[in-house]
Amino acid sequence: MAVLGSSAQRPVPASYSSRSGSALRRRLVMGVLVFLSLAMITVYFRESDKGALHDLQDLGAQALRPFEIAAERVASPFQDAYGYFENLFGAKEENARLREELDRLRLQAIQNETAARETESLKELLAFRDGPTFPRDYTYVAARVIATAPTAFEQEVGIAAGANDGIRLNDPVVTRDGLVGQVTKVASSTAKVTLLTDRNSAVSALDLMTEATGLIRHGQARGDTLVLDRVPKDAVVSDGDVIVTAGTQPGSLPSLYPKGIQIGLVTSVGQTDTDLYKQIQVKPFVDFSSVDAVLVLVRREAPPRLP
Amino acid sequence: MTAYDAFKSGALVFVAAVVQVSILSQLVVLGGTPDLLLVTLLAVAMMRGALFGAGAGFFAGLIVDTAYLQTLGLTSLLLTLAGYWTGRYGETTGRDRVHAPLLSVAVITILYTASSFALRFILGESSSGRVVFVESLPPSMLLNVLIASVVFAICRRALPSEPTGTPEVRLIG
Repeated sequence: MAVLGSSAQRPVPASYSSRSGSALRRRLVMGVLVFLSLAMITVYFRESDKGALHDLQDLGAQALRPFEIAAERVASPFQDAYGYFENLFGAKEENARLREELDRLRLQAIQNETAARETESLKELLAFRDGPTFPRDYTYVAARVIATAPTAFEQEVGIAAGANDGIRLNDPVVTRDGLVGQVTKVASSTAKVTLLTDRNSAVSALDLMTEATGLIRHGQARGDTLVLDRVPKDAVVSDGDVIVTAGTQPGSLPSLYPKGIQIGLVTSVGQTDTDLYKQIQVKPFVDFSSVDAVLVLVRREAPPRLP
Repeated sequence: MTAYDAFKSGALVFVAAVVQVSILSQLVVLGGTPDLLLVTLLAVAMMRGALFGAGAGFFAGLIVDTAYLQTLGLTSLLLTLAGYWTGRYGETTGRDRVHAPLLSVAVITILYTASSFALRFILGESSSGRVVFVESLPPSMLLNVLIASVVFAICRRALPSEPTGTPEVRLIG
């Protein structure tokens, strides 16, 4: 500003030739220049690419070229330095942008993977529905599992279907692998499923090979191991036998579960002199920690009344 | 005005035009580009008057139009008008005012941009008004004002004021 202001300090205002000439001369020159510009614009616009003005412009551009190259060479180190710092700032911005994009893609990949797993689960469920082991007097409601955190205290999961979908209390819940549990709480659009591994669950079951019957419940051991309880000592059960739901047995109370839904494989059989029943451990077919989707079996007729 | 003055002014404008075309036109700061040629032209016009400004503007415009291979006469017309008006401003009241350089640079930058936009639109070279007036013009004007002090100082040194004569308009206040 000091530099700019220095002009105000000059004591004697300058005299200039453009000012000393007449106003007419000034306007005349100005008019001529404007006319020349307009004429050049008009001619340049109307003539072809090989017109006189274009040729003149090409010549002028060639004449200017050495000066431009010289200026570029002189400015090159400064441009490089400027470009370096600009790229440095640009790299930081690009890095941030790429990180955001990476996060977004990672999230998308997770969503895709989840969707693929859900699709696979639903396909398996559909295969199970169309298979021979699906109980014929039941229909089904397919539902995604929306809360999968069975803990040691609460062996329960939430599903994205409820009373509005036709789900009722105590409906059995299955996957293609086998029995999962039963519905123990129903809301309008969600429901709570108590898993087979819950301490309060108990399912009437039988050995598919020998038809020895018992009660499947959670064992004392940690993990998902089940026990087949109440099997008399004289019944025959062997390692590797398949355990399925027994359904309603003649002369007994009606069961909530249809007959023939697979539960697991017998992994060990034992008995002691003091026990009344065999000690049978069963490894469930269902991996309860990774259930993505389930089928809720809904009886076509009214469900049996519990005592 | 002497021939030597004309030569020095021409050299200043020529160097500014070459630097503008070769270097500064590629420099984008905050979305704008400084126009060294325009500021140099305004400085020359402010110090040497309207006739000189108009001639220098015409000459500078020819260089730019030739270097960019754009419609010949387009920039010449705009810079001729810019040089003439700034020269008249300097001849009448502006030259002895402290704020004159910054004011003339700011105002002429706006008028030059608007005129250029309008003229190109008439010639069918449409561009985005939002980009030109909202994104590009404010930073460009700021950059031009920032370089104005340096450019005016250099031009004042190269074109010292002539000691004789009386001002066309005498400042009272």
